[in-house]
Amino acid sequence: MRDGLIYLNNKTEVGIITFMNTKEIKVMIENAMPGSIVNVEGDGTHFEAIVVSSEFEGKGLVDQHQMVYKVLGEAMKDRIHALSLKTYTPQQWKGIK
Amino acid sequence: MTEDIIKKIQSQIDRHKILIYMKGTREIPQCGFSARTVRLFESYGVPFETVDVLADLVLRESLKKFSNWPTFPQVYIKGKLVGGCDICLELHERGELEQMAKAALEG
Repeated sequence: MRDGLIYLNNKTEVGIITFMNTKEIKVMIENAMPGSIVNVEGDGTHFEAIVVSSEFEGKGLVDQHQMVYKVLGEAMKDRIHALSLKTYTPQQWKGIK
Repeated sequence: MTEDIIKKIQSQIDRHKILIYMKGTREIPQCGFSARTVRLFESYGVPFETVDVLADLVLRESLKKFSNWPTFPQVYIKGKLVGGCDICLELHERGELEQMAKAALEG
């Protein structure tokens, strides 16, 4: 059974928040942003992600990060405690590599 | 998110040129990301306001919707969301964050 955290919400339902793994996050972003390069590291609740996508072109950092947060949606609420995010356009990424 | 919580947030971000919604206080930050962000602005020697979202859970949940930003800290300069710790560090490394902070205080 995957390790997780028992939580008791206000309806006294007992449930399990299963921790996310890096692969799950990577696949979620890649599916939602086709053609992107995604690298995720992390330990279960604290993650670091690098996302490179042409969809970031012409957008400010806030917009870029909001795009990724939107993709992760509900997971950001309880399953991902901390996500350090670095976003680049393909152009910027070439310059860094 | 009620009408008056929106008004409350709007008035806070309009009233303070630099405002950091954070976990904890400047003196006792309760989260590493909040602490690092506060230290950045302290290093610029600019006056800024902080609000402890751990002290007001309604405000905390409302801010996530208001800002369309799921985490804290949330930094506002002149009423505009600059971002969280990551973006502040990125802008800091480019030398842009200090510029933004100082320009906000002059303007």
